[in-house]
Amino acid sequence: MSDVTDATTAKRGPTPDDGLRIADSKDSGPVLSADGTPLKKSLRRALRMEKLRALALIAPLLIFVMISFIIPIGEMLFRSVENQIVEDTIPDAVRELRQWDRDEDELPPEAVFEAMYHDLFTASEAKKHTRLGSRLNYEESGMSSLFRQSGRALDDLGDDYLDALEEIDPDWEEGTVWYEMMSGGEGAERDTELSSRVVGQISNLEETFLPDTDAFAPSQAISELLPRTAEAYTRFAVFEALVDERDITDRDPWENVYPALIADMKSADVSGYDGPHADMLRELKSNIDDFEAPNYKAAFAAIDEDWAAHETWATIKAHSVRYTNGYFLNAIDMKRTPDGAVSQPEDRQILVKLFQRTLKMSLIITGSCILLGYPVAWILANLPTGKANLLMILVLLPFWTSLLVRTSAWKVMLQQQGVINDTLVWLGLVGDDSRLIMMNNATGTIIAMTHILLPFMILPMYSVMQTINPSYLRAAKSLGATNWTAFWRVYFPQSIPGIGAGSILVFILAIGYYITPEIVGGTDGVFISNRIAYHISSSLNWGLAAALGSILLAVVLILYWAYDRIVGIDNVKLG
Amino acid sequence: MADTDNSDAFVAFERVQKSYDGESLVVKDLNLTMPKGEFLTMLGPSGSGKTTCLMMLAGFESATHGEIKIDGVSINNIPPHKRGIGMVFQNYALFPHMTIAENLSFPLEVRKIGKSDREKKIKRALDMVEMGDFGGRRPAQLSGGQQQRVALARALVFEPELVLMDEPLGALDKQLREKMQFEITDLAHNLGITTVYVTHDQTEALTMSDRVAVFDDGRIQQIDPPDVLYESPQNSFVAQFIGENNTMQGTVKQIQGKQCLVELDNGEEIDAAPVNVNKVGERTTISIRPERVEFNKERLHADAHTLKAEVLEFIYMGDIFRTRLRVAGKEDFIIKTRNAPDQRRLKPGEQIEIGWMPEDARALDA
Repeated sequence: MSDVTDATTAKRGPTPDDGLRIADSKDSGPVLSADGTPLKKSLRRALRMEKLRALALIAPLLIFVMISFIIPIGEMLFRSVENQIVEDTIPDAVRELRQWDRDEDELPPEAVFEAMYHDLFTASEAKKHTRLGSRLNYEESGMSSLFRQSGRALDDLGDDYLDALEEIDPDWEEGTVWYEMMSGGEGAERDTELSSRVVGQISNLEETFLPDTDAFAPSQAISELLPRTAEAYTRFAVFEALVDERDITDRDPWENVYPALIADMKSADVSGYDGPHADMLRELKSNIDDFEAPNYKAAFAAIDEDWAAHETWATIKAHSVRYTNGYFLNAIDMKRTPDGAVSQPEDRQILVKLFQRTLKMSLIITGSCILLGYPVAWILANLPTGKANLLMILVLLPFWTSLLVRTSAWKVMLQQQGVINDTLVWLGLVGDDSRLIMMNNATGTIIAMTHILLPFMILPMYSVMQTINPSYLRAAKSLGATNWTAFWRVYFPQSIPGIGAGSILVFILAIGYYITPEIVGGTDGVFISNRIAYHISSSLNWGLAAALGSILLAVVLILYWAYDRIVGIDNVKLG
Repeated sequence: MADTDNSDAFVAFERVQKSYDGESLVVKDLNLTMPKGEFLTMLGPSGSGKTTCLMMLAGFESATHGEIKIDGVSINNIPPHKRGIGMVFQNYALFPHMTIAENLSFPLEVRKIGKSDREKKIKRALDMVEMGDFGGRRPAQLSGGQQQRVALARALVFEPELVLMDEPLGALDKQLREKMQFEITDLAHNLGITTVYVTHDQTEALTMSDRVAVFDDGRIQQIDPPDVLYESPQNSFVAQFIGENNTMQGTVKQIQGKQCLVELDNGEEIDAAPVNVNKVGERTTISIRPERVEFNKERLHADAHTLKAEVLEFIYMGDIFRTRLRVAGKEDFIIKTRNAPDQRRLKPGEQIEIGWMPEDARALDA
């Protein structure tokens, strides 16, 4: 034995003991592990593996929750501020509108109308103009029909110019001619900058990603000579080629290129141009004085007089920002106007009232659940296990029944010809002509929701009460306390964590409840969530729905925070 | 068996029975009286009915039959909070949401005692258990021993005449337990309070009590001061339950006054004192304490009977030696000898003869 011991002491390799000895001998400097690396570092390395393993265990759930819960909810909530639709649909008009000082001028400058004409034309070809109309209609009624109608009427202006152009040369109607003129023929230098800008605009409009291929790019020369025409034609060409996937070489361009051509030709000097169909341009130039420069302002006014109204343009300008507080203002019965936030008219103020009602009724429901649940939990906690389990099944029974079925059952119970009223009439407590109205109002919602949420109150209270040793009550009584004093001063304070946990649970569930108020709530028993559902599924105003949802979420978080500050979340026990 | 002298009884159980299910009795015909100021311990294995008796006295269980009296007044129908009995629970039952001072204040508040009086009494009670500085703490911030002291102070703060303790030291470690045993008895005697103490720890019962009531099977098997209980157990249960004990089965061969001769099952004969045997031929269990066995022949009577024994094991325990022997065919016979300078240390394999004074070996029921 002794030989072996000697051998190990003689061989001074790095052992954990050595590390400790080294660590002990050095008072200053970092503590080193056996192989000389700092102890902290090797501890971290040792723990990293454990952390990774733990992470790997929860990873499937984490990924599932991220994909199916957090990301969709975040995306949905993001809609409450997102407002890209205006800029995506009419990008040039929005840019031009920034120049407009609405205090100085009644109407925006002609450039705005021109940009609006081309933007709206593109949007209308893509059938996206009505979507923008609906969006703006949330803010100003009448916008939806204005946009729908204008989209149809925009062709007229171009058609008039086309007729005049054909009189000079019938080739102006030929799609092939246009394609050759705009593309500049084989080997011409291309304006790829314009092309990729247009591809970007069409991508935004279509809300998809379009590859920036060389679908079409006008020749550099024509782009410089006829900038408006080139841009209008490029929009047509890119849209038809990438979105509709058509061959554009012989397609007639959209009608908006004709007014653009006239506008360009008024100032263009075509004498030096030698691209394809230069002769047509020169011929047009010589006759250009016969054409009137397009007056977009007048054209819009002719379509609908609202286009000549200050209000219309002010609304568009006010809502052309990419991120808006408009939905949140709407959610608190205000609206974003060109002059800042103002209150909605009296008759449209319902949301704040709904929020208040939701909070008030949730509090009442929580209170009723405490009053009804406490004795039940107490009995459950004090019965022998066998009986307690039986009663617990009765408490849990509602959980195993569909929410819809339970709520419908309450409908049967509460309606005026229902079970409760029939019984009361039969007992003579209520006259047949004065049956109680217990449904389609707040009473119905409170009764049904109290019943449905009761288990969520009983379970945490029960599990807390179970942990309260009966010897506390005995001790209190042996110290001279009556049954009531013993309960109130000794038992009740110890059961408060259960009440707190149950209350948080019930209140948070109640504040977001939807099905039950929808079925038994009538009009004055509905909650804010019913309004959110309405905006999600009926009015399709998802931005407002998201804003309402965000406010609800914030209210819950604030209350949770307040509860933590006042009661302390550590005092909450769920079991 | 039970004490029936009622003249100076402060606490009295009279023919008390208790049944939980209506089929079997947990407490069977209990008769017990306690004079004022006595420290009585109820000792017994679990399920023997001792805690039930305590709970009946405290008022948390009602007697199925019989009467419980305090100071001559039947308390059967008095609710617990009016009995004025201080009680210390096994888990202390200190209210966790109150400070120590509030815990002590509780029994005074429900008795509507004025604030200044309350403070005085709380301070005195806390000082009494040397916990004067802990009034502002919560129970969870105290160690087990400190909580135990506070529980004691709370049971005493309203100056009850009777204090019940339900295995109050069960959760403490050995050293602390021994210290607290001493403190509790000291306190009880100094204050002159009557104490009923329940435990299943026989050492605790012996060291603390004026009298010990040994419970088994719902009955008091014996109630006597600790020394009598130890040295003169009345039946084999008590002998087995209190202290270490060697037993041997045999048949009574002859009885002469305070001495009898028992023939063991292997044919050997030995002396004993007849306790529960009356006639020759009766089966009996001889009970002998390990420290009363003698193997030095010179110290025995000349005519004493001896048994052959073989040393199986010698255990050195510091203050004493513990030797295991094979006697009369059984291998669990223990003798204890003091570690004195002249003490002989037996070696395993050694053949010896053992014997004892006839009055030390008690011939009990079979």
